Amino acid sequence: MKPFRMLGRSIRDAFKSSIRNFSLSLASISCITITLIIVAIAIIASVNVEKVTNKLEKDLTIVVFMENDTTDKEIENTKEMFSKINNIDTYEFKSKLTVKEEMAKESAVLGTVLDNFDSNESPLKDTFQIKVKDVLKIGKTAETIEKLDKVAVVRYGEGMVEKLIKAFSSIQKVTYGIVIALIIVTIFLIINTIKLTISTRKREISIMRLVGASNFTIKTPFIIEGMILGIFGSVIPILLTIFGYQAFYDHFGGHLFSQVIVLLKPTPFTYVISLIIFGIGILVGMIGSASAVKKYLKV
Amino acid sequence: MDLIRVRNVEKKYKNGVTAIYDLNLAIEKGSFVFVIGGSGSGKSTLIKMLYREEKPTKGQIIVGGLDVAKLKNKKVYKLRRKLGIVFQDYRLLPKLTVYENVAFAMEVIGAKKEEIRQKVLKALEDVDLKNKVHNYPDQLSGGEQQRVAIARAIVNDPKLLLCDEPTGNLDPEKSMEIMKVLNDINKSRGTTIIMATHDKEIVNRMKKQVVTLKDGRLVNFKQKGTYDNETV
Repeated sequence: MKPFRMLGRSIRDAFKSSIRNFSLSLASISCITITLIIVAIAIIASVNVEKVTNKLEKDLTIVVFMENDTTDKEIENTKEMFSKINNIDTYEFKSKLTVKEEMAKESAVLGTVLDNFDSNESPLKDTFQIKVKDVLKIGKTAETIEKLDKVAVVRYGEGMVEKLIKAFSSIQKVTYGIVIALIIVTIFLIINTIKLTISTRKREISIMRLVGASNFTIKTPFIIEGMILGIFGSVIPILLTIFGYQAFYDHFGGHLFSQVIVLLKPTPFTYVISLIIFGIGILVGMIGSASAVKKYLKV
Repeated sequence: MDLIRVRNVEKKYKNGVTAIYDLNLAIEKGSFVFVIGGSGSGKSTLIKMLYREEKPTKGQIIVGGLDVAKLKNKKVYKLRRKLGIVFQDYRLLPKLTVYENVAFAMEVIGAKKEEIRQKVLKALEDVDLKNKVHNYPDQLSGGEQQRVAIARAIVNDPKLLLCDEPTGNLDPEKSMEIMKVLNDINKSRGTTIIMATHDKEIVNRMKKQVVTLKDGRLVNFKQKGTYDNETV
């Protein structure tokens, strides 16, 4: 079969060339290695940050206490008002009675004490627990709710949590930016290193063109060569990801600085990261060599 | 049937130099044509346009049914598979043996190993180099290297063989050897040969068709022509 024969020749040529131009191959490989290590660190950091942020966001609720004399109809009105506030994702209503039952369940003493009040005097209030869509706007949403009729008090993790989440989200943006920038830089570096190897084979390429090789046939060995460089370049970053993160995780016992920042468990997390790193390595090598060889295909 | 048709072709390079003015030419299948003219007459440009290293600025060139000027870069290989090209500087790959150099032309178009072996040996026999298959180019004389290049050019059985000053680097004796090889290929394989040269001696001895160019214009196209000093 012709396609297989051609592919076989391409793979053979690719290996030959990466061995023949060993020093240049080594340069490309180390360049891929270094970038992929940094990319891996950046990905691990950003995934962890994302996880912590998500957890914090999930825990964050607005609690709304209603006035004592609120009627059922007014409760219904309030619910209707909630549906008009965009940032409210879900809300859960707990009447005085439910709150009382819950408290009674927790402690029998509290239950008996509360039994002594009749419904009008009860210190307990009807409450809403509200989850918001965008945590960063939680302050504003709380303000809006506070202005509603019959709302007595609004509580949420004021200030602190909000700031933390804000900081995390900007850290995340920065790490994504770094990852993308690094990948682009590596592609350029690889284009240049492979260009060097290819310029020594300029003559060969022009002869291939002259004797009627299609561009596809000429490009394939170079693209495979780029893949090989990418594969070799991702070995060390993958090992570092798997064993390095495990060591890091063990050293800090799964938490960073405080109990709030819980690290992701190494498995299967690091395997996924390794796969991504491997993919980036191959892709970067391929794109790099494909665009490097392009220049010589115009004769 | 004409293998090559050149109609109203003009070639102007980007630096403003016009190499060919309004050229019309038809070359029959199986013919042996010399393209002669002094330096800057446009003979190299004409050859280059025939294998589409250069595109004409105006006009049409048809080679074996392909409209060369309209051929996209990606499709150039279709044209190149129809023709063989021989250069003054041989253009062999130094790290490959004689056999590998010739086989290279078949490998890149995906031929089978057995077919490659047969055709390569046949081509090397045609250029009388069967005893040097395992040598490297730098172990060969200039004339021998040029014969390897010719073998590589004919190994895919092209209809057309383009030669750009193939004897330019060789002494008269080696040049005549090359001409004998080319003549044999033309006769036995029926390959159309177009050869640019400024070697008077060769043109006069071979008595083939001669296209004379001067300052980018066609001066005349003679059967059994000679190298006429006055016209060139």
